[in-house]
Amino acid sequence: MTDVALLGPQYRAPNLKDCLDRLGIVGPLVAITAGWQEREGELDELRTHVGQPVADLALYARAEAVQAADPELAAAMRERQHDLQELQELYRTRLAALMLALTELAAETQVSSARRRAWLAALVDVRRLDRSHLVSTARVHASFRRRWQPHARPSVVAQVADIEHALDGAGAVLIAGGHVAVLMNRLRLFGCETLLRGKTLIGWSAGAMALSERIVLFHDRPPQGAAHAEVLEAGLGLVSGVVALPHAHVRLALEDAPRMRDFARRFAPARCLTLEHGAALHWHAGALASALEVSQITRTGRVTELEP
Amino acid sequence: MSQPLATLLAAGTPSAEAIDAFIAAHDVPLVYREGVTFLYRGEAHAVFLRMFISGLPATQPLDRVEGSDLWLLRLPLPTGSRFEYKFEVQRDGVSEWILDPLNPLRAADPFGSNSVCQGFGYLPPEWTLPDGHARTGSIEEIGIDSHHLGPRRVRLYLPARFRRNRRYPLLLLHDGTDYLRYAQLNTVLDNLIHRLELPPLIVALTDSPDRLREYVGLDAHADFLVEELLPSLAAKLPLDPDPAMRAAMGASLGAVASLHAAWRHPGSFGGLLLQSGSFAFTDIGENKRGPVFEPVVRFMNEFRAHPGRPAERIYVSCGIYESLIYENRSLVPLLTEQRMQVRYEEARDGHNWQNWRDRLRAGLTFLFPGPLWMVYE
Repeated sequence: MTDVALLGPQYRAPNLKDCLDRLGIVGPLVAITAGWQEREGELDELRTHVGQPVADLALYARAEAVQAADPELAAAMRERQHDLQELQELYRTRLAALMLALTELAAETQVSSARRRAWLAALVDVRRLDRSHLVSTARVHASFRRRWQPHARPSVVAQVADIEHALDGAGAVLIAGGHVAVLMNRLRLFGCETLLRGKTLIGWSAGAMALSERIVLFHDRPPQGAAHAEVLEAGLGLVSGVVALPHAHVRLALEDAPRMRDFARRFAPARCLTLEHGAALHWHAGALASALEVSQITRTGRVTELEP
Repeated sequence: MSQPLATLLAAGTPSAEAIDAFIAAHDVPLVYREGVTFLYRGEAHAVFLRMFISGLPATQPLDRVEGSDLWLLRLPLPTGSRFEYKFEVQRDGVSEWILDPLNPLRAADPFGSNSVCQGFGYLPPEWTLPDGHARTGSIEEIGIDSHHLGPRRVRLYLPARFRRNRRYPLLLLHDGTDYLRYAQLNTVLDNLIHRLELPPLIVALTDSPDRLREYVGLDAHADFLVEELLPSLAAKLPLDPDPAMRAAMGASLGAVASLHAAWRHPGSFGGLLLQSGSFAFTDIGENKRGPVFEPVVRFMNEFRAHPGRPAERIYVSCGIYESLIYENRSLVPLLTEQRMQVRYEEARDGHNWQNWRDRLRAGLTFLFPGPLWMVYE
């Protein structure tokens, strides 16, 4: 039976070892640290923490190798990246207008039933746009796969075979945080949504986001620009029904109940779960089995302890 | 007036013990929504507040509370204000400028230090304070033998987890030593990078042995920066070659030097961060700021006539208590007309290092947005 765990940040106060112990995993351990980009594979701290060897799948480096060996695919990947960035900017522009309306109406929901209906309609508009963006990004990826057949290209096939070999017999696959788009790009390039299925998976921070169905980018106090959470694209979907929110107490205005209410309702029925240091969520055979130090943002905007 | 002070004075001349107890129980100067009250305790012929707020008299007398050695001055002050000051105490025919003995807040600068008045609503930004969670960058020093200026030492801030296999943005910063000493630059960089508000970047910290000559629009200085320092840094460090990933920065005359270098060498810098620039110009008549400003005025008049496009993105800030506010405000429409992206910020502060420190987050993140939307560690 498959086990999947999502953890909070592992910097400074890691709880990965506790998680491994709880799941009874003795090893061997394989890590995906592509989100760390050029620091990929710098695993000394992690190895010290878990007290055993950890092999890195080197997906970031493998992607570099693929692009060097296959310039046509590399160019196609750059073009897809450009398309995705453009989509994100267009989505962001439309989202800003809808969020403006939602925020303005949200402040006045107690005034009249007409205003409340308007607020709910504004929320529906935002949800519709989020869905539409997910569809658009999925189309870009599907079109890329159809046209360029990355998983049939020799440069990728060789790497995938190597990855499959490295995953054989792994007690658990650890997916670290970092740059979530870079991480997703590498996971997708090597077909990890298939390769990882059935494995015991432990993801933290961006790794936790990547394992979920939908990646939501969020920050309520950025130094520049609007503070509207954005859907990036679909994740691997290896856990369902949650929006993973690492380091939420720093990134989100959790004390702002109306804002949190809109946030939770925007992404419902998925549960918006905060993953702070020490947090651990565990699914066994597709069912949430335990939750430690995880909070849920409720539909009323309150932040309450999650009970599985 | 603050209510506690009104209470102290309500029954007439307070006793020495009552004054002692009052001072022990309150932070001085007394801060309240409408302003501040300065207190001085001691025998003197006269006591003056000496401050550096353009628009207000530079010298304002404190009044003695009759029959006591307590001196007071009430000053209306807008919310969020901060400024620096000293007291001038006259006694026995001698005048002495001193720090406020009752106020522990100090600000250092290359000329010494001042007392700091933090008005109602002002708090030092928390990202300027050391954060034990933030990884720290390192400072290294390199030498460069300049054809234009002779041998120079340049310090480099390298971000935490610096890697040679990564390409970094570059910020070229004037008066680097002063930014480190008086504006906590390294702490601010560590914190903003840790928070992902800034990307890891390299900062080249330059200093000048003669800034009144080199920072006033000297062509040789601009040529040193662009023709010698930038190539030398590019050869030594893993820099992003995109000019958009290069910026120049400075305060006061350092801002003039930054703008001048970017104007003389368009395309060299994608961004400029200009704090309280000494952008003196004349629309008509003579320069009235003294001979040091003659070359600045020549450059700025030339720049205003032919601004070109020195950078794509420019952040300009100035304190509204500075005499330079007029010049800085005047610069903004000129830059905007050139279709550059301009961010302009004013603060209720003066021409000082803590003002410049407090604006670093807005300026740096405008020029170099960090990866906080994409990175979750």
